[in-house]
This record gives sequence, C-alpha cells and structure tokens, in this order.
Amino acid sequence: MTGPLCTLDALAAAIPDGAALAIPPDNCGAPIAATLALIRRKARDLHLVCVPQSGLQTELLVGAGAVRTVETAAITLGEFGPAHRFADALRTGRIRVLDATCPAIHAGLLAAQKGLPFMPLRGLIGSDLVANRPDWKVIDNPFASGDRIVALPAITPDCALFHAPLADRHGNVFVGRKRELLLMAHAARSTLVTVEAIASGDLLEDADRAAGVVPSIYVTSVALAERGAWPLPFLDQYQGDDALLARYVECSRTQEGFDRFLAELLSRESGSA
Amino acid sequence: MSPALESTELLIAVIARLLEGCRHVAVGAASPIPGSGALLARELSRGAMRVSVLGSLRNNFFTNGGVELFDLAAQGRIDAFFLGGGQIDGEANINLVGTGGYPASKVRWPGSFGSAYLYYLVPKVILFREEHTRRVMVPRVDFVSAPGTSEPSLYRPGGPKAMLTPLGLFAFDRARRRFRLESVHPGHTLEEILDNTGFDFDHAERVPQTQATDPAWLELIRGRIRGEIAETYPRFAARMQALTP
Repeated sequence: MTGPLCTLDALAAAIPDGAALAIPPDNCGAPIAATLALIRRKARDLHLVCVPQSGLQTELLVGAGAVRTVETAAITLGEFGPAHRFADALRTGRIRVLDATCPAIHAGLLAAQKGLPFMPLRGLIGSDLVANRPDWKVIDNPFASGDRIVALPAITPDCALFHAPLADRHGNVFVGRKRELLLMAHAARSTLVTVEAIASGDLLEDADRAAGVVPSIYVTSVALAERGAWPLPFLDQYQGDDALLARYVECSRTQEGFDRFLAELLSRESGSA
Repeated sequence: MSPALESTELLIAVIARLLEGCRHVAVGAASPIPGSGALLARELSRGAMRVSVLGSLRNNFFTNGGVELFDLAAQGRIDAFFLGGGQIDGEANINLVGTGGYPASKVRWPGSFGSAYLYYLVPKVILFREEHTRRVMVPRVDFVSAPGTSEPSLYRPGGPKAMLTPLGLFAFDRARRRFRLESVHPGHTLEEILDNTGFDFDHAERVPQTQATDPAWLELIRGRIRGEIAETYPRFAARMQALTP
C-alpha cells in the first residue's frame, strides 16, 4: 500500500488521453502546475468540464493541442483580456464547445453525485443554448401539467483535478469554503489534487476544519506542488503575477506567440517568489 | 473634473436608486460599477439591504460554493442582479456568446455564465453595459444567451426591469417587449441615443435629464464605497482615485 501521495508527473500520468476532466475556475484552485505536467506528457483529446467556467487553464491546454471538447459556461481571463486560443480553436473547428450556463453544470454534477440519470433545472427555455444542446431535453413537470422544464443529463467526469491549500497523508484534502471542489470530487470517478502543503496527522480530527475537507474516499492521488496555481493568485496565500498574465494575453494572439510563451512557462513554472 | 469620473459616479448613483427597497442584491463577475452601486444602496438603506459581491471575501456570505447563488435565486432570495451582453436587442434578448456564426464564431466572447438561469429567476435584472453603440444595441442578437421575455405559460418570476448605459436609463415593459427611454444623462441627448441604438424604443417627445448625483452620495462614493469595492476591484478603485481631484 503506497498511499495517495505521488509526484506531479505521476498525477498527470493518471489522467488518460480522452478523459472527461473536471476543472475549477481560475480563482478557485486552478491547478496550473499540474496543467503544465499534463502538457509536458503531451495529453490529447481531453474533454474539459469547466465547473462552471475556466480561464488560463483551458487556454493553456487548448493552445497546447490537448483538448477536443470544452464544456463550459464561459472561458474568461477577466480584465486581462480575451481568451485568444479558445476563440481561435473554435473558429478553425479544432475543438468542440458544449456551451452551458453555470447552474446547468452544477446540476449535471449534482445528478452524478446522487447517482441519478438527470437533474431538472429552471430557466434555459428559449435560450439558443438549448437549441445547440441536443443532450438537454425539455420535459413536462410530471407533477404539474403545462409546466415545461429542462432535464440535464448527469455529468460524470472521469477525473476531477484541482489545487488546494492542504492535504494529509491519508488523502484527506482541505478545501474550506470552496465547496464546488467538493462537488467535483463527489461527481467524478477519480479525484487528483495538488496541494501547497502536506499536514502531519489527520485533517478530519479537527472538528472545526472537518466540514471543509474532501474525505480520502473520493481522492485518488495527491501531489505536493508549492505555488501550484501560479501565475494565478491562490486564496490569501499568494498574489497572481499580473504582468505575466497581461503578457500572456498579448502573446497568445498568435499560435507562434503562444508556443513561445508556453515554452518559457514550462522552463520557469516554479515561479519567481 | 474628469468626464470619465463624473460619468462613472452618475452610473453608480443611478444603480443605487434602482436598487432602493431590495432586500438582497447580488453582483456577478467583472462588475465594479454595479458592485459600487449596490454597496452605495446598502449604505443608504442603513443596514436593511444585504449585498453579495462575487469574488469578494468580505461581502460574500456563501458557504455552499458556486451553486449557492443560483439556489438562492431559484428560491426568490435574490431581488436584483446585473447582466450585460456583447449584444442586446430591443426585446432585451442578450448575447454573451459571440457573433458571426456559431459555434465557429468570428468573434467569440466568454460565454453565457449564469445568464440563461438568473434572467428568468431574479425579479429585478438590470442590464448594464458601458458601451452604447449600434455594435452593441442591435436589431436582433446573433445568439440568444437568454431571452428578454418568455411565453406566459413558462415559469419565469424574473426578467429585465431596466437598462443603464453611459448615455441613458431605459425601463423595460415586459408585456409590450419594448424599452422606454426614461432619462438622458447630463451631457448627452436623445438624438445621440437614437443615433447609437440599432433598435426602436419608446420615448417622450422631451425626455427628462437623469438626476445629478447628490453631493452627499458623491462623498460616500469617493470614500467608504471606493474603499469597500477596492477589496474586489483594486484596479478600478485605483483608476477612480487617480481621476478624483
């Protein structure tokens, strides 16, 4: 028995080509170090499930040619500017997009968490999202005639991948208030986590902290990756590298610029303190 | 005084007026002006209003992750929210996805976010857009992220109530599926708004001017509100600070 702790490269190797991979937003534990490890191992054909949106992580994976499908409510780099690689890949048909709305992704994951085939959701009807999602069905509320509602199929990711502040050697992972990470872990077949630090002892023994812990039953592997969200900011632990993110948006206007930026990032990913 | 500062402060004040009487206002991503307006409205409500700012630690009580905002909306626990759009049309349909074909859009925007849900469920949705041009205000959106209206049989307690731009304030009439220009901001004209709007809207022959910002409100905007919004939008707060005489 080796336990859940592993290296970053082993973590990336546990995500097979073609996997449906659930990832968090940029401000919620986006695992950039693990993303670069995935790119280094030349991952291909990933189906990203953005919970419920993504930014730099999706940009890097799409630009590196690792992605076939992006299922998301949005791809945004916020005030830094447009997500050029995502937009370009759509224009040239290199990726497929499954456009959604935030709570539709949450609802699909919730269905998977409960082992249900689908989850109904309000809203949506009359949106072009529905017209472009043949996997979403408009049904009649079985309890009230004439009340139409959308049924969304369960979203069961093969893997969930995120960055968190702390794990213990048993594989319990502290996520605090970022409970979308808990939802991802509940819904996915396996959960792979990078952390800033490994705690001694058992995180579940602290009653004040236990409610913010993803228990080890859901967690397949944990790898230590200090500054594992860099160049994105991470909770109150470190600031993002705003200058680098602004330069990313400029460089990524062209594939060549992106390739140069990525090569640079891969060579200095541990970041400047 | 800087026109940019004056215009931004006016928008913040108009938003605060629109939110009067709300119990709980939520503000989504990338919304420093709506966020400032909501925080001002809370200040003026003397504690009666709760404001949830996405991305804030101090002004965000959520403990159930990203889903909590949407669950609150579905239960009627959010009275007002803000949406925008790369395109908005005269029936208040909004497009946050892109233009020039789908899915291989010539211009691709981030995506629909929570609009295809919150637009149906939050009673007072305020459309807010900092660009008022024919590029944005179009006859018909290329992609409907969320429709402005729905047939009466659809469960829809929410929808657009107003649209605010740097040129003017509109009200939306759900039954007639049309905007009505309520007021024109100081320094702008009805003609300018007609010229820059790609759809028809109702208006009086002489449209009133938007009420100027109360000096006491200005003091709050430049003081406590700016300090409060800086937690979530430091660059916005710094920009406003730099413009202030």
